[in-house]
Amino acid sequence: MDDLIGEFITETSESLAVLDLELVKLEQNPNDQAILGNIFRLVHTIKGTCGFLGLPRLESVAHAGENVLGKIRDGEITVSGETITIVLEALDRIRGLIDYLSANGREADGEDSDLIARLNVFAQSGGVAPAAVAPAPAAVVEEMPAEMFAPEEKKLGGMSQAELDALEAAFNSVSSTIEGGMDFSRAPDADMLPAVTVPVAAAKPELTEQVKEKAIKQGLDTATTEGGSAMANQSIRVNLDVLENLMQMVSELVLTRNQLLQVVRHRDDSELKAPLQQLSQITSELQDSVMKTRMQPIGNAWSKFPRLIRDLSNELSKKIDLKMLGESTELDRQLLEMIKDPLTHMVRNSCDHGLETPAERVAAGKPETGTVSLSAFHEGGHIIIEIKDDGRGLNLDRIKQKIVEKGLATGDELAQLSDEQIMQFIFKAGFSTAEKVTSVSGRGVGMDVVRTNIEKIGGTVSLSSTMGKGSTFHIKIPLTLAIVSVLLIEAGGQQFAIPQINVVELVGVGGNSEYKVETISNASVLRLRDTLLPLMRLSDVLGLPRSLESAAEYVVVLRVGTSDVGLVIDKVYDTEEIVVKPVSRVISDVDVYSGNTILGDGNVIMILDPVGIAKHFGEREGTKAEAPATATGTATDRNASFLVFRAGEGAPKAVPLELVSRLEVVDSKNVESSGHDHVVQYRGDLMRLKTLPGCNLPTTGEFDVVVFTYDGRTIGLAVDEIVDILVAPLAIKLAGNEEQYLGSSVINGKTTDIVDVGYLLKDFVDSLVRAGEYTATASGLRLLLVEDSVFFLKLLKPFLEDAGFEVEDAASAVTALQLIETEARYDVIVTDIEMPEMDGFEFVSHLRLDPRYKHTPIVAFTSTVNEHFKERAAKSGMSAMILKTDRAALIEAIQAQLEQMKEMA
Amino acid sequence: MTGTSLVVKDGEPAAAAAALAQYVTMHVGEAMIGISVHSVQDVIRYQPITHIPLTHDTIAGTLNVRGRIVTAIDMRKRLGMGTYPNLTTTMMVVVEYQHELFALMVDSVGDVLSLSGEDQERLPANMNDNWRGVSSGVYKLEGELLVIVDVASVIDHLVKGRAA
Repeated sequence: MDDLIGEFITETSESLAVLDLELVKLEQNPNDQAILGNIFRLVHTIKGTCGFLGLPRLESVAHAGENVLGKIRDGEITVSGETITIVLEALDRIRGLIDYLSANGREADGEDSDLIARLNVFAQSGGVAPAAVAPAPAAVVEEMPAEMFAPEEKKLGGMSQAELDALEAAFNSVSSTIEGGMDFSRAPDADMLPAVTVPVAAAKPELTEQVKEKAIKQGLDTATTEGGSAMANQSIRVNLDVLENLMQMVSELVLTRNQLLQVVRHRDDSELKAPLQQLSQITSELQDSVMKTRMQPIGNAWSKFPRLIRDLSNELSKKIDLKMLGESTELDRQLLEMIKDPLTHMVRNSCDHGLETPAERVAAGKPETGTVSLSAFHEGGHIIIEIKDDGRGLNLDRIKQKIVEKGLATGDELAQLSDEQIMQFIFKAGFSTAEKVTSVSGRGVGMDVVRTNIEKIGGTVSLSSTMGKGSTFHIKIPLTLAIVSVLLIEAGGQQFAIPQINVVELVGVGGNSEYKVETISNASVLRLRDTLLPLMRLSDVLGLPRSLESAAEYVVVLRVGTSDVGLVIDKVYDTEEIVVKPVSRVISDVDVYSGNTILGDGNVIMILDPVGIAKHFGEREGTKAEAPATATGTATDRNASFLVFRAGEGAPKAVPLELVSRLEVVDSKNVESSGHDHVVQYRGDLMRLKTLPGCNLPTTGEFDVVVFTYDGRTIGLAVDEIVDILVAPLAIKLAGNEEQYLGSSVINGKTTDIVDVGYLLKDFVDSLVRAGEYTATASGLRLLLVEDSVFFLKLLKPFLEDAGFEVEDAASAVTALQLIETEARYDVIVTDIEMPEMDGFEFVSHLRLDPRYKHTPIVAFTSTVNEHFKERAAKSGMSAMILKTDRAALIEAIQAQLEQMKEMA
Repeated sequence: MTGTSLVVKDGEPAAAAAALAQYVTMHVGEAMIGISVHSVQDVIRYQPITHIPLTHDTIAGTLNVRGRIVTAIDMRKRLGMGTYPNLTTTMMVVVEYQHELFALMVDSVGDVLSLSGEDQERLPANMNDNWRGVSSGVYKLEGELLVIVDVASVIDHLVKGRAA
């Protein structure tokens, strides 16, 4: 295609977009000469250029349109809905012709005599009625074509002085109009207008008309350029392919840089480091700059909305006002393209479903004109777009009815859901609550497609609504698709990346006992504040072998569409900015991957697709629990998480979550008595039920049981009510004189009694000891217990003493080393691993340097045991490592070590 | 990542180029297979592969070959020949197919042979489906049979096949 034609197409498309906006504005302000002037000017330019390029069909349509506009300007035709409609019709025809031209490189065959005739009749009749006879505007009609082929200046020279003045006035006031209190107050080009007014202001009266015209033309041309730089000559048009290619190369460069950095990190030759540092910085800057070239203001995607709203208000007989805020918010043009359609659909939806008819509005005591507002802003590396209407809001009852009708959920399930959760159902496939299907919406494909499209670009959409007040859609999308921030995690012994945008929070559920994780008929759930989160192990989803039961575990809370799901993983590494590469076609049918990438260390990593993963939740658990957006905040500190419950009178009770295996609901019908004990069948075994003193087991109904696992056996504590899981400092005031309590602590502002799990297990253990399973052969041996947590100290010390050791304790590794240094000699050392200042590994390494302690049994205990820890434990010289909660195993380990010593001796 | 030099055995390829086709020969288990030299990009030693769960079990995983992400295909699995006795001694023949790179894992890589199309024979009828799906013909070499494997059918099979 001819370069000139190409440029013409781009320019005209831009002009058409501006015209749509301006015409709608004109309709609202029929007497605004400035707007009219601008419109006239733009159409005139289109017509002129068409003539110049030899595009007769386009030219004639533009010409007929211009005629009508001319009449409006001359006051012969008044601005009415009808007028605007017919001009818009002409513009649509032009747009169609331009599209054809752009696709085929030549003008379409055929002619537009029907439209032109109508336009002409309209112009001649003065816009009153097509049939009416009006004075022939022959002069205008015949003069104009002759001008078409004249050079620009001459063409303009053909206009009367009055016209020029009007234009100048029009131009000068464009900025003030735009900056004024109009609905489109912050149009994308508003910021550059002040700059443009300068040449005009400088154009003194004595300057020739031609100079003025040039100034005006330049100004207006600049004004039509979309959201770009201040002056037209400071920007150039670049083919998109060039930019895309550039972006691709920079992405590769970033990857290579990351690899280089990784390599150098493991080497000592600093020679490379300085230049590499610089290369790294330049690469980052280059990446930023290239990213900027791809950024466009979101106003570009919104520019067709005023026209759309106008058409819709006619079609739906509603009065609709459109407000736009934050049009200058920039995002990647690729995303901009992809967000256009979903946005259009949502705006249509708001107009059709959301807003009431004027009569209904008045009846509801609202202004006749409904408002749809669009706003966009940046928030933490994402763009938030909100579409808000002040209409009737969602009718929850209708939605519920529909949900049940469509079989998406049962009435019982709905009763469990909050209003907000129910609203999110409108994003499901085949869901439409519109009472009647209109041409605008109501076919029930809409919101589902909207959600799918937004999720495709890694975004999320949600909805909030108040009956009678209106609804708001929130869309959250990343700034760019090229580079995404991911969380690197491990499951089933393999690393994966999860896009950060979907990660709501990380919850540590560590240890071997599935803390907090509850099981309802084989489905795992997590009580997270006031929501119940469905859980799945990532290793199960991916069919990988489960890692060691004892491995540290986290739950990644993923927001997928409208629901939250929890993914149980083994390890969390880091976040990383990565360049997404599409997966090979041979694995593209696997829905759990959205791409892959090369990490800094040169390894390939798979990027998980949260949407695909969430599908597996649906498959395996039937109806998935939809969890709303109540979850915020940071990951919990698992060392200080408490399960708070009520049992009997007085203060709330709590146990450290670390000691809890799981929570169960027991039906009192299943409780059996055996002697003084109450037992219940549990997982094919018998679980003994205990109560705190002063409490009795309920005899009817169901009750909550906190389950503790001890040496492979389980014991359940019946409680009245599980209150919450709360994070609080593990500062226990050791004031408790009742032996079942360790003391009390302030949790969530309330004094809470901390239950001594050891007490609960006591007679259980006693009976074992009596049975000879544990013999206290350790009499008189000196044991040093190194533990920074008062709680565990209190828990372990009496236990070790019971076993016959003479126990001394140290609150830190440093204190312990001092103790050892100065005086005592210990036969056994028991140490925690996770401690401030110096951890267990370091402590033991130090200790083993001392010849007196070369062979002393050192048993470490920890809340997590994994391969990595085991390796470090062996390296540092620990004799054994066991889990903190397994006190019996601790004694066993110590004894085994002591026996080994004897044999050696 | 050392490239293995590919030796042209059968004299001057230019002389009889019209009638001769060149094949890179390689061993998968006991069998010798040949792949058209045009589709082969590179031959590299084994390097660690990132396993991709939920994919067809012929897909060994994915790896980074000179900055490009390459999908590794286990030829033993593809041809129903069990597992590699020693993974680290396997070789990877990197082939390009429809603008995408794949690494075919094989036991060893041999020479490049120039063979005449006239000598190619149909695949024996009693060969199993694994072979029939990927092979277009056989050459009777001295003491050994060379089965010509078509890269396109190896990969297309995976595109159509559902995840295992």
